[in-house]
Amino acid sequence: MAPVLEVVDVSKSFGAVAAVQGVSFPLFAGEAHALVGENGAGKSTIVKMLAGVHRPDTGTLRVNGADVDFAGPADAKAAGIAVIYQEPTLFPDLTVAENIAMGNQPLTRLHRVDRKAMNAAAARLFTRLGVHLDPSRPARGLSIADQQLVEIAKALSSEARILVMDEPTAALSGVEVERLFSVVRSLRDEGAAIMFISHRFEEVTALCERVTIMRDGRHVCTELVADLTVDDMIRRMVGRDLSALFPKQDVPPGDVVLEVDRLSREGVFSDISFSVRAGEIVALAGLVGAGRSEVMQAVFGVDKYDSGSVRILGKRLKPGSPRAAMAAGMALVPEDRRQQGLVMELSIERNVTLPRARKLARLGLLWSATERAEAHRWTQRLQTKLGRLTDAVGTLSGGNQQKVVLAKWLSTAPKLLIVDEPTRGIDVGTKAEVHRLMSSLAADGLAVVMVSSELPEVLGMADRVLVLREGRVAAELTRAEATEESVMYAAMGQQVSA
Amino acid sequence: MSAMASPAPGVKTIFKARELGIVLALAALVAYTAIGNPRFLSGQSVRDILLNTAILAVMAAGQAVVVITRNIDLSVGSVLGLSAFAVATMMSANPGLPMIVALLAGIAVGAVCGLLNGVLIRYGRVPALVVTLGTLYIYRGVTYSWAGGSQVNADELPPHFLTFANDSLLGIPWLVLIAIVVVGGVSFLMRDFRVGRELYAMGSSPQAAELAGIRVARNLLGAFLLSGSLAGLAGVLFAARFGTVDAAAGTGYELNVVAAVVVGGVAVFGGSGTVWGAGLGALLLTVIGSALAVLDINQFWQQAIVGALIVLAIGADRLVAVRIARSLRRRDARG
Repeated sequence: MAPVLEVVDVSKSFGAVAAVQGVSFPLFAGEAHALVGENGAGKSTIVKMLAGVHRPDTGTLRVNGADVDFAGPADAKAAGIAVIYQEPTLFPDLTVAENIAMGNQPLTRLHRVDRKAMNAAAARLFTRLGVHLDPSRPARGLSIADQQLVEIAKALSSEARILVMDEPTAALSGVEVERLFSVVRSLRDEGAAIMFISHRFEEVTALCERVTIMRDGRHVCTELVADLTVDDMIRRMVGRDLSALFPKQDVPPGDVVLEVDRLSREGVFSDISFSVRAGEIVALAGLVGAGRSEVMQAVFGVDKYDSGSVRILGKRLKPGSPRAAMAAGMALVPEDRRQQGLVMELSIERNVTLPRARKLARLGLLWSATERAEAHRWTQRLQTKLGRLTDAVGTLSGGNQQKVVLAKWLSTAPKLLIVDEPTRGIDVGTKAEVHRLMSSLAADGLAVVMVSSELPEVLGMADRVLVLREGRVAAELTRAEATEESVMYAAMGQQVSA
Repeated sequence: MSAMASPAPGVKTIFKARELGIVLALAALVAYTAIGNPRFLSGQSVRDILLNTAILAVMAAGQAVVVITRNIDLSVGSVLGLSAFAVATMMSANPGLPMIVALLAGIAVGAVCGLLNGVLIRYGRVPALVVTLGTLYIYRGVTYSWAGGSQVNADELPPHFLTFANDSLLGIPWLVLIAIVVVGGVSFLMRDFRVGRELYAMGSSPQAAELAGIRVARNLLGAFLLSGSLAGLAGVLFAARFGTVDAAAGTGYELNVVAAVVVGGVAVFGGSGTVWGAGLGALLLTVIGSALAVLDINQFWQQAIVGALIVLAIGADRLVAVRIARSLRRRDARG
């Protein structure tokens, strides 16, 4: 049987980062095909290429044996590919029926949109899917599960033969997952090709016939699900060269700096407890969406929490106040440098001194000499490569921007440093430097919490690893216990069987 | 099935209630004023109100389309000025030209201005607020440097041009007819045609619109082209109605137009509201102005009242949004 869709040797880079390199796999009609891999393995890039959002740099996509080149999402749609994103993409102000029909509404003879026919078509689709939704209600206010069903109806209405689903079950409850699966199974039995992306192995084994495993942007294997055990799949997902590790110096831990006790926020995370000592680096690992950043944002006071407490050096911290957190000696280096960490248009020195502008000011004014001296001291210490301190931060490379963010917070002499994805989008050389820096800061008695999606970084840097899964602590591992497998098992909710 | 027990009907009635609210406010205002001074409902007074509404409503129809796509066009007042001056100059130089040529010339001037706005926004990737704030000054500056302090007076314009404002068909002034056709036509386009629904979709979720394969660039250019063209048309109507045109014609109109659209129930964040609601908004603002004069209330209050209406309209939007967000959160927490 010839495949409906073939991905042939595609590669895609964003700047210096190769997201996907030489990946090939076929998709067959009447088959559900799983695509699995760690965070950053390149799954989403593949999805976006199939959706027509990204164009492959090299390689081709083949639909029904013919090469296709999508200039945009409209082309992919026309080729019979429908993509259902993790976050549904509906128009909240329009009715459910309009959402389904958008782009090919039924028309009357005068080219008006035929609302009656449109609602009837939507109702027919819902009957076929076995769900009860009112086609004439606005999409606003639908639950995620219902929004996904609308997306599926949308795919059906455009006669899509290839359905790509990017982690559709991430936000669904058990019952909703079952309903989604029965819909997907019946589509598959009617001859549609399904590409299913999920982090949950029980779903992969329950739904899919074939699985493609990706690692670091590369294709590992495509096999029948029946031929692989869950252990095999995990091993192939993580089985990576471990030589590029960044060992942290061993430091005898000091006093407890941060104590988080049963922190909960409805619908986001619950019952999170952990502590960090001076000189320790504690990593928060887990899959994207497990609630890692959310927990640290709540600890820092950017977000609120419903119950539990945060203590710094034994003193309880006022919730929901970043100002109080900073006064107590906390510093947060956020995940998104551009959006949250730096003011790109301001000069380097201004950025470095921003959090303590008040302290540096004399007579209520900032004096540039003071500012400059301070900025000079920190950028020197972090070996930031820059032209002049008065240049805009936006002109620096990613790694050096990250150092400026670090300088900014280190100049406040924090007792606890929270870093969220400290080396995302940074080249390998600078990465090692950032790691060396964090290690030496810990050696100086700083307590560090690091949120990271990169397993080697977690394993190399952390004294202890806290694995989060779906908003809960799935495991707390010591340095000796933490391996690629044990962290992945915990993150995916599997028992260690080996 | 959780979807059936959702708060959808409430949401729907609130959306419907938007235009209803304006109608009710309008009725109450007219009734109250008429009781205070019955002459408010005399033929001449009603005629004046409708004539004054017409120009505002034509521009509001175009602006509503732009706002529905989650953009804004601040240049409409300047486009009106440029079109009015261009057409008045043309008519005074060629008194023999028929009215339809004047109308088409005004529309063409506006179309060029609107298209330029659209191109800068889409291909320059600059927010509409910034682009049209810039072109507001540019178009006005062009008009000023062209006029060079001169003005076109009523006695220089051909009589058929000037009487157009007062002539009527079946007792309805041409100006009002044009406004009704424009508001009705654009409402129809937005409600019942594919392109209209796509414009709503773009405002409702720009990201999803791109992913859905909607021709976003074409539609956006179209929206600004329409807004510009209607402002150009309004310029011709302005020149015909007032006769005397200088380079300052229509200064500050953009704010009235935006106010009419917002008061008329078009959501400032796009995606919802109707064009005829914006037309009603224009009518309401004009009636308020006349009513205050009739009731002998200080004109200064007019601005404060318009301001209060805008805040009220936006407040209602936020209230709806917050309620929906809250009910969603509760549901997610349950699920």
